[in-house]
Amino acid sequence: MWSRRIGDASAIRQSTSMVLLVLVAVLLGAGLSLRLVSPAGAHQAAGASVAPGVVSSGDRFGFGQPASAAQIAAENIDVRPDGTGLPPGSGIAAGGQAIYSVRCAGCHGATGREGGSGPILVDATPFQPGVTPSTVGNYWPYATTVYDYINRAMPADTPGSLQPDEVYALVAYLLNANEIIAGDTLMNSKTLPQVHMPNVNGFIPDPRPDVP
Amino acid sequence: MAGDNERIASPGLGSRLSRRVLLAGTVGAAGALAFADRAGTQELQPAVPDDPTKVPGPPPAPVGVRSPFEHPARLTPAPVPAFTPLDQLYGTITPSDLHYVIARGGIPAIDPARYQLLIHGMVDRPTSFSLEDLKRFPSVSRIMFLECAGNTRGAWKGAKPESTVQELEGWTSTSEWTGVPVASLLNEVGVNSGASWALAEGSDAGALSRSIPVEKLLSDGLIAYGQNGEALRPEQGYPARLLLPGWIGNTNVKWLRRLKLGDQPFMTRYETALYTFPEADGKAVQFAFVLEAKSTITRPSGGMTIPEPGFWEVSGIAWSGRGRITRVEVSADGGQTWSEAALQEPVLSISHTRFRFPWVWDGSEAVLQSRATDETGYVQPTRSQLVAARGTDFGEMFNGIIGWHVAMDGKVTYVES
Repeated sequence: MWSRRIGDASAIRQSTSMVLLVLVAVLLGAGLSLRLVSPAGAHQAAGASVAPGVVSSGDRFGFGQPASAAQIAAENIDVRPDGTGLPPGSGIAAGGQAIYSVRCAGCHGATGREGGSGPILVDATPFQPGVTPSTVGNYWPYATTVYDYINRAMPADTPGSLQPDEVYALVAYLLNANEIIAGDTLMNSKTLPQVHMPNVNGFIPDPRPDVP
Repeated sequence: MAGDNERIASPGLGSRLSRRVLLAGTVGAAGALAFADRAGTQELQPAVPDDPTKVPGPPPAPVGVRSPFEHPARLTPAPVPAFTPLDQLYGTITPSDLHYVIARGGIPAIDPARYQLLIHGMVDRPTSFSLEDLKRFPSVSRIMFLECAGNTRGAWKGAKPESTVQELEGWTSTSEWTGVPVASLLNEVGVNSGASWALAEGSDAGALSRSIPVEKLLSDGLIAYGQNGEALRPEQGYPARLLLPGWIGNTNVKWLRRLKLGDQPFMTRYETALYTFPEADGKAVQFAFVLEAKSTITRPSGGMTIPEPGFWEVSGIAWSGRGRITRVEVSADGGQTWSEAALQEPVLSISHTRFRFPWVWDGSEAVLQSRATDETGYVQPTRSQLVAARGTDFGEMFNGIIGWHVAMDGKVTYVES
């Protein structure tokens, strides 16, 4: 019965109203025993007209476990433009250049202006489509994204292996090479979000459909 | 290239080809009976009895395999992508092992017993779901297409006449997906008021991450663990991935490990440096998600040879991220005149739709094109219309009409529309 009725529902499963399908599937589950968590007892308050075992919209199932602080700490690595998520630590361009030579130059070129199997990272010439490469300096709108991406994804063969001081130093190197900060400017969780990126206003919302 | 000078190798744009690909292309150019067969048959002829009615065959194996005469294969220019062989497929469902792939950090190996999906941030109850937890929720199945934003990017500029439909348009595939609506999980954790964006993050090398509007997650977002009746393939996100019907492939985060609710986009590399699309004035379109209506003729198509004049069915696929395909027209004269193609039922929303057109080739030069219309009334534009609106450096999101030129010797090559 269960599988047969689900098959009958195929005509509507492509409907954009997935919510409806969920409801159908849930109603068909009348025979299943579910461990439901009703919000504020609203389910019971609906009265005796509700058949035993029927799930009401909005009920919680209670599946899953409360997330542990350890799991959240291990995975909560994202960094937002306002600096939320940046860890303690700091670095300057000179230190970053030394790390760059060892960990990054193999793919991005000796200084970052060359590129290679990885993209060109350094070019302060204002971005022109089809003329200049898009780089950290002339295209990326937020310095925090540079931290976030290096921290999670670089070097490509050993992602996540850099310590916060190393990531700050690499960000400082790239921003300095792209003529955005001075060579002695310390990058840390306070200074990095304040860096003004030249192309921060270079983006527009989706205009489509833009063709008749 | 849109938004970043990083390039994914693409054979249609003249990148290095693998030896295997070159061999296949060579064979295709040399041979060709019924059109196509550009993959050729390089292997030794499989041994078969003269009369199969006189010899009992082997019993079925636990896991079936293709006929030894069939060799559909993806193009896999190293190291990132794999292109679906659209020209070698029938119908609309892509065999799972031929689904297109873009995996920037490679394909991670994940133990399903250790898999956890963390949902946290602006929620009442930060929760960790095991795979079994996900499977216990009421499930749904949905047939839908996926397409990379960069599919057909060669048509902006750079595509060569010898481009095949696989090279040019093979970053799209259709599967039946099964999973749990994201709305069910968000109901479970309780979304705080003011939470408008969610970071979706994978557990691949580099932890690919994208910001997704919560509104989209609630409307039809799906966390899938099933594909075409079986568990997801590793290269499709095993054991669980995000699906956002009609939205560019990159947002459909594979190997999904985390959703973090917030009140603003997180501005990851993949929505700033990449997947932003420069218009002619240098301003780049950001957070462009939906894939607009599109179609392509898969047979005959680039690299094939039509062996002789006469009846040849023209067949292809059409799709739209905004809903159902309502009409496909085919032209054999480069867009001067159009005829309605037949659509194969059932026509499903946000799914590849097979169209067919009976064509008699008279042996003269021809340019085959297809043009799709979706249920919103949107008509697939020409390349010229797209270029007029966006320039030629938009880089991705190309959904224009393309052409297949048929020479008098039957050779089929790519031409701009």
